[in-house]
Amino acid sequence: MMVKPKHQRLALALAALAAILGAGGLALSALKDQAAFFYAPGDVAGKPLPLGKNVRLGGMVEKGSLTHEADGVSIRFTVTDGKAKVPVAFRGVTPDLFREGSGVVAEGQFQADGSFAADNLLAKHDERYMPPQIAGKMHKTETLEK
Amino acid sequence: MIAEGGLAALWIAAAMALVQLVLGGSAARSGAEELMRATRKIAVVQGLLALGAFLTLILLFVQSDMSVLLVATNSHSAKPLIYKIAGAWGNHEGSMLLWVTVLGVAGAGVAIFEKRLDGKTLAATLAAQAVLALGFYAFLLLASNPFLRLDPPAPDGQGLNPLLQDPGLAFHPPTLYLGYVGLSVAFSFAVGALLTRQIGPAFARAMRPWVLGAWFFLTIGITAGSYWAYYELGWGGWWFWDPVENASLMPWLAATALLHSVTVLATRDGLRAWTLMLAVVAFSMSMIGTFLVRSGILVSVHAFAVDPTRGTFILALLAIYIGGALALFGARVGTVTQGSTFQLVSREGALVLNNLLLCVILGVVFIGTLYPLVAQAMGQQLSVGAPFFNAASVPVALALVVATMAGPMLKWRKDQWGALGRKMMLPAAAMVTIVVVLLVAMPGTPIVPLLGLVAAAGLAVASIVPLLGRKLRRTPIHIYGMVLAHLGVAVAIAGMASDTAFKQERLAAVRVGETVAVGSFKAKLTEIRPIIGENWSALEATLSIRRNDGDPFRLQPQQRYFSQPVTTTSEAAISTMIDGQLYTVLGASDGQGRYQIRMWWKPFVTFIWLGGFMIAFGGLLAMVGRIRREMRSEDEAE
Amino acid sequence: MRRVLIWAPLGFFALVFALVMTGLLAPSDRAVKSAMVGKPVPGFVLPALVPGKPGVNSAAFADGKPRLINVFASWCVPCIAEAPQLMKLKQQGVEIVGVATADTPEDMANFLKTAGDPFAAIGDDRIRKVQFALGSAGVPESFVIDGSGKIVMQHIGYIGPQDMPKILAALAGVQP
Repeated sequence: MMVKPKHQRLALALAALAAILGAGGLALSALKDQAAFFYAPGDVAGKPLPLGKNVRLGGMVEKGSLTHEADGVSIRFTVTDGKAKVPVAFRGVTPDLFREGSGVVAEGQFQADGSFAADNLLAKHDERYMPPQIAGKMHKTETLEK
Repeated sequence: MIAEGGLAALWIAAAMALVQLVLGGSAARSGAEELMRATRKIAVVQGLLALGAFLTLILLFVQSDMSVLLVATNSHSAKPLIYKIAGAWGNHEGSMLLWVTVLGVAGAGVAIFEKRLDGKTLAATLAAQAVLALGFYAFLLLASNPFLRLDPPAPDGQGLNPLLQDPGLAFHPPTLYLGYVGLSVAFSFAVGALLTRQIGPAFARAMRPWVLGAWFFLTIGITAGSYWAYYELGWGGWWFWDPVENASLMPWLAATALLHSVTVLATRDGLRAWTLMLAVVAFSMSMIGTFLVRSGILVSVHAFAVDPTRGTFILALLAIYIGGALALFGARVGTVTQGSTFQLVSREGALVLNNLLLCVILGVVFIGTLYPLVAQAMGQQLSVGAPFFNAASVPVALALVVATMAGPMLKWRKDQWGALGRKMMLPAAAMVTIVVVLLVAMPGTPIVPLLGLVAAAGLAVASIVPLLGRKLRRTPIHIYGMVLAHLGVAVAIAGMASDTAFKQERLAAVRVGETVAVGSFKAKLTEIRPIIGENWSALEATLSIRRNDGDPFRLQPQQRYFSQPVTTTSEAAISTMIDGQLYTVLGASDGQGRYQIRMWWKPFVTFIWLGGFMIAFGGLLAMVGRIRREMRSEDEAE
Repeated sequence: MRRVLIWAPLGFFALVFALVMTGLLAPSDRAVKSAMVGKPVPGFVLPALVPGKPGVNSAAFADGKPRLINVFASWCVPCIAEAPQLMKLKQQGVEIVGVATADTPEDMANFLKTAGDPFAAIGDDRIRKVQFALGSAGVPESFVIDGSGKIVMQHIGYIGPQDMPKILAALAGVQP
């Protein structure tokens, strides 16, 4: 199976092209199932819910909506963006900056009853409102935000 | 005055880079000896000036000179010395200065030590290096001057940020930068070689130590970064696939492909165009990574610190360098003659397969990282997280492990399937054994980690095979480097698979005196007490833990509250055992005397970082071995 | 075929470049805004933080005069950067009410000495209760309040020279 130099070169180039296309195809097919869309409560109000998909829900934790379950590790609260509200259930350790009245991004799935089951909470990061001139310490905070 | 001195050094260095470009360019054209010597000298001067500017900045931080804006915003006179020094590069301007310093010093290194490459190509390489440096000098001097004065001076600095006082964070970015900049040297070599059309084993051997060095630093940086995120974030995870992590992973994947293809070029004079392409891609990924991190365009949901000017500047540099190099590649590669050929079943064949699979993974990570931008351009908000990256990259990575097993067993140029089959018997036996053991002892193991453990066992055995039948004393050092690195891959995969498959987690709200159990551990919460640190206060839980009926030991996770600025952090307490780690986190109180305690038992999780460091030191061994060999003789037999 | 392959990388790069450029020019704005905009300022009373400067009582906001609430802190670097803009606002007759979060009198006195003092009043919000009540999660943030005590605008982050027209317009829009 000795090949001519010219042919081998073309074959290698085609193999590289195939690899890139393969990566693209693989990525796009996985993206269809796995990409997490970002919603605010107002985006889903009165519309069919994206059930069974991993999504992110962002908004403010409504004042007075935070309740703790008896087990001490589960919480319920309401996320609002001023237009609509979504009840959220979460089990686990809340992030450091999670409080009523502050911003939150919840990762999880919408339930058929319109509520949201969060697997993970990301609190909006504090003290990050840096003017451009003195911004730059971004590495840490980005990592924190996952 | 010191700050002005640093600024002056930076300006002169930029001027030197311009001279280096002109001299190097004409030397590459004419081939005149004097011009080449002058280019080398200028490169050394430029490197020293950049180094001088950087040392000046460090001095300003050590002195806590609050009349310098950068010091005032990023340091504090009460900071420990080590973090004052690290503060010099823990910010945008300083890190860009560090970048250009390493670039300059690396250019000086090329000028001093590179003796093998023909003069014209070397001159062209130094000219290319000067172009790279010029862009960053312009960026520093025009858009991010680190020596800017603050008038009036601040009474004290603002940089007591506790989050940034962490050894991992202090030394993580510079390590990655060393890797990125090492790849810039490979890039310059590729551009130089394209200009003079001198692409062959001599070029590959000149480039190889730089690629190996860059790869060593990238591997160390990624491994340390992973461990840092693991202990600091308190989530028990070791890889989050966030854009910042991906920004360091992508150059690493490209550099891994490059260091394998450059071996083919050095040993067999094959894969010429491909190696050039990879050198360009590897550095492009470093630039793109820096751009993504610095511009902040990828943290769309939390985008506060986006600076369009800065982002545009880096993007423009990126367009000039990468676009220019790719255009040069397109124009010149047609005239690069074909190297030697090989058969499908051969060392080259396996290395090509390795390269292709690495490129597939690189492509997947690249698409996943940038896809939120595509979606945003189409008016959608989304994020791409771990589920995507795992689903798309793990199967390819497993295939890559198989190629890694076979590669070192194959002969260069031409081999037989039968011979390969015989050599694969040993690893295959190890794999079958592991399958049987796991199915019997751990029947519920999920399929992906199971495959990971099997692949790790096969690779661990296969990586030793190249040493069999060799006289160990006479085996070249770089072979040991390869064996160690491949073994490290097996160890790291084993750690990842073991943690994924067998970790146990427990989350509970407990009162003092109550007990939580996870795996074979029982943890009793014996005390919650406040403690005061230097600039923080904390609640500390004392857990008295017993494994089965063993001796009790204590772990003390904390919730820390910092006042300046106001921040809360979880300090996980971790106990490392021979067979894994027990990871404990103290969560919030429920206000009625109960505290959240989260515990993980993570079997063999330490193997991940152990493997990472083995890979890195494998690369270091290979580099040392190659350099020694080059110095001793021109002999190139494998 | 070969020609195409040779130039494919450059083409691909151009594509990615164009994509990133659009991302850079049109940064997404998905910052979570306070739900308090359009609502009256929640009632609160904050004691004075520094001697010689009154505290803040939100009941006094319904006096027909628009004002700016500035949530800030002496330990916050961006707050120093926005001080010149606040001084300009003060010169133009805007009443600026400071809510100092998690701060101490000594630090604040220092801050006012070096960065300037545009504040008509500074309330001591040491436990950050008022900050959260306003729907603010970080510093600096500013709220434009109309004469009836209603929040008409929230500005997240520092006020730069480029933000001045927007702030002034909001203040002017509520002029009685």
